[in-house]
Amino acid sequence: MLSIKNLHASIEGNEILRGINLEVKAGEVHAIMGPNGSGKSTLASVLAGREEYEVTEGEVTFKGKDLLDLAPEDRAREGVFLAFQYPVEIPGVSSTNFLRTAVNQVREYRGLESLDAVKFLTLMKEKMKLVEIDQKLLSRSLNEGFSGGEKKRNEIFQMAMLEPTLSILDETDSGLDIDALRIVSNGVNQLKSGKNATIVVTHYQRLLDYIVPDFVHVLYKGRIVKSGTKELALELEEKGYDWIKDEIDSAATV
Amino acid sequence: MSKDNSILEELTSKEYEHGWSVNFEADEAPIGLNEDIIRWISTKKEEPQWLLEWRLKAFRTWLTMTEPEWANVTYPKIDLQALRYYSAPKQVKKAKNLDEVDPELIAIYERLGISLNEQKRLQGIAVDAVLDSVSVATTFRGTLSKLGIIFCSFSEAVKEHPELVKKYLGSVVPMTDNYYAALNSAVFSDGSFCYIPKGVRCPMELSTYFRINAANTGQFERTLIVADEESYVSYLEGCTAPSRDENQLHAAVVEIHAASHAEVKYSTVQNWFPGDKDGKGGIYNFVTKRGICAGDYSKISWTQVETGSAVTWKYPSCILKGDHSIGEFYSVAVTNNYQQADTGTKMIHIGKNTKSRIVSKGISAGKSQNSYRGQVQVMKRADNARNFSQCDSLLMGDRCGAHTFPYIDINNSSAKVEHEATTSKIGEDQIFYCNQRGIATEDAVALIVNGYAKEVLNQLPMEFAVEAQKLLALTLEGSVG
Repeated sequence: MLSIKNLHASIEGNEILRGINLEVKAGEVHAIMGPNGSGKSTLASVLAGREEYEVTEGEVTFKGKDLLDLAPEDRAREGVFLAFQYPVEIPGVSSTNFLRTAVNQVREYRGLESLDAVKFLTLMKEKMKLVEIDQKLLSRSLNEGFSGGEKKRNEIFQMAMLEPTLSILDETDSGLDIDALRIVSNGVNQLKSGKNATIVVTHYQRLLDYIVPDFVHVLYKGRIVKSGTKELALELEEKGYDWIKDEIDSAATV
Repeated sequence: MSKDNSILEELTSKEYEHGWSVNFEADEAPIGLNEDIIRWISTKKEEPQWLLEWRLKAFRTWLTMTEPEWANVTYPKIDLQALRYYSAPKQVKKAKNLDEVDPELIAIYERLGISLNEQKRLQGIAVDAVLDSVSVATTFRGTLSKLGIIFCSFSEAVKEHPELVKKYLGSVVPMTDNYYAALNSAVFSDGSFCYIPKGVRCPMELSTYFRINAANTGQFERTLIVADEESYVSYLEGCTAPSRDENQLHAAVVEIHAASHAEVKYSTVQNWFPGDKDGKGGIYNFVTKRGICAGDYSKISWTQVETGSAVTWKYPSCILKGDHSIGEFYSVAVTNNYQQADTGTKMIHIGKNTKSRIVSKGISAGKSQNSYRGQVQVMKRADNARNFSQCDSLLMGDRCGAHTFPYIDINNSSAKVEHEATTSKIGEDQIFYCNQRGIATEDAVALIVNGYAKEVLNQLPMEFAVEAQKLLALTLEGSVG
């Protein structure tokens, strides 16, 4: 589904990603871990098409298409979803109104007819249950005055509404208490299928107790330096990142 | 940052939708401005002597006045002698009712989406259609007259209700009020007149649709709304003009009189031709709008969505004379390309326990300049006056300007005046967030801007609000990459 080859990206002249290689197949959950500043969020942003990042080398194909060639909105319409670490506030625009615009633009791109108000609300009600989100929250201005947990829940709710094939969760666990974490993870797990894939970007192993990954990759200094299964995450939890850093840094100096 | 720059570089402007014009035989005054022209207009309109004298007095005063230069706008001096002060389609003359109105004129309005056919119209809005210097048709007059409501062109009002016109004309905006108001008083051609009798709640929205068609012609209309005791009316005003390379002048005067317990809601969606993307052409919109809450517990509410005109100079104001009277001003002013707007309001608290509320939302894009200018004045005897002002500016890109000029003048220590102001840039983060959900950039901007302006748009009557939302999106179309 997603194939990343030798991806290099920089921002304002600083190279952040220095040759990422990653294959993600339908039905898989990949966790990207790594110390702060290793390039985890940059990878998520580059995949979603954030323009501040300049891709200097490499290629990314998504469902056979050159992902890097697509505008951010077309990537979304093709099925790439990014759950933001810091969802933005849009004053005066209700979540409902926002999502209806989004859902219908995505549907139009996919050749589906747009949903009228009734059908849209029915779909919304159905998906609301997934993340135990309150309708009142959805009639408020998007993310404005939402608590950290509400913002993240709203992200997963949007994911449910947009039915992506590739979901990228950027530090979705940050700022969540244990209950919110459970609810959010529950939502993500229910949305998993053999047809879609998930990339979980996280600093901590904690989230992976709830969203169990098939593969764990450790990102350090813009490269994937170690890959393994969920046991790797546990090892990181136990030992921290230093042993990997030492391994890589000493290899580099030799 | 990078996104913002690309946003700006791709700044192109969507063509103005109402830029077409129609050729018809016109009855025109000679070009130029002098007492003879004023006499010519007055004769043409078969006006009584007192009105001619009123005009001439205004003209003579105007001659001694100078053009105001304090507004934060720049434009080449207008050669007022090169303008034509009266132009009317020839066919319009004798139409006494809708059936007699020339189909060609009806078609002009149909094309603008304004149906003058009462059967076809949505129930609930009566229209006075003003083309260049004259009113061509007024709908639903029968229905309204049964309630004693007078809704007609200004010219007819002069003939049929001279006592009302004489009493209220110039009572809120004196002929000598300012340079453009004086000019308007001298040469005004037509406009709408509306009188709501005591205790009557007007059952439908009244509206005037102004259209400039002729070239090199100024439009100087006058609107007078009188709401007698305990009456209510909601009034709408819409405007468009053809795209022409030359600038055209529109200098209107609107006066509102609200007697005790009366309420007047005045909404404008101003979409005059703004000029092209290089700043060529467009309307100079120099308008004086003022209402007086003359009686106790009266209320005047101005709502304006300003998207058009090359230069806008406009301050719909309220004189809160009656005790417990309320003045409101809700405004969204959008400028794109080379447009300039200097707009705001004046709230003059004279009566006791008077309240005013100002909500101004400016949106600047392109190389435009957008200024809010407002004054809150509390007079000596205005005990317990309250004002709340909120002035927000939204900037798109880094080549436009937003300015705020609030003036506060308090002469009574019991007054409470609050002023809040914010300036924000439409965030690339917000746009990217929308993009990431599959929303195209243009739609994202429309969404964000409409959200920003929601508090004001909510004040508009339903049908108008939808139009206004579309218009906001259209005005800003092409302002982002």
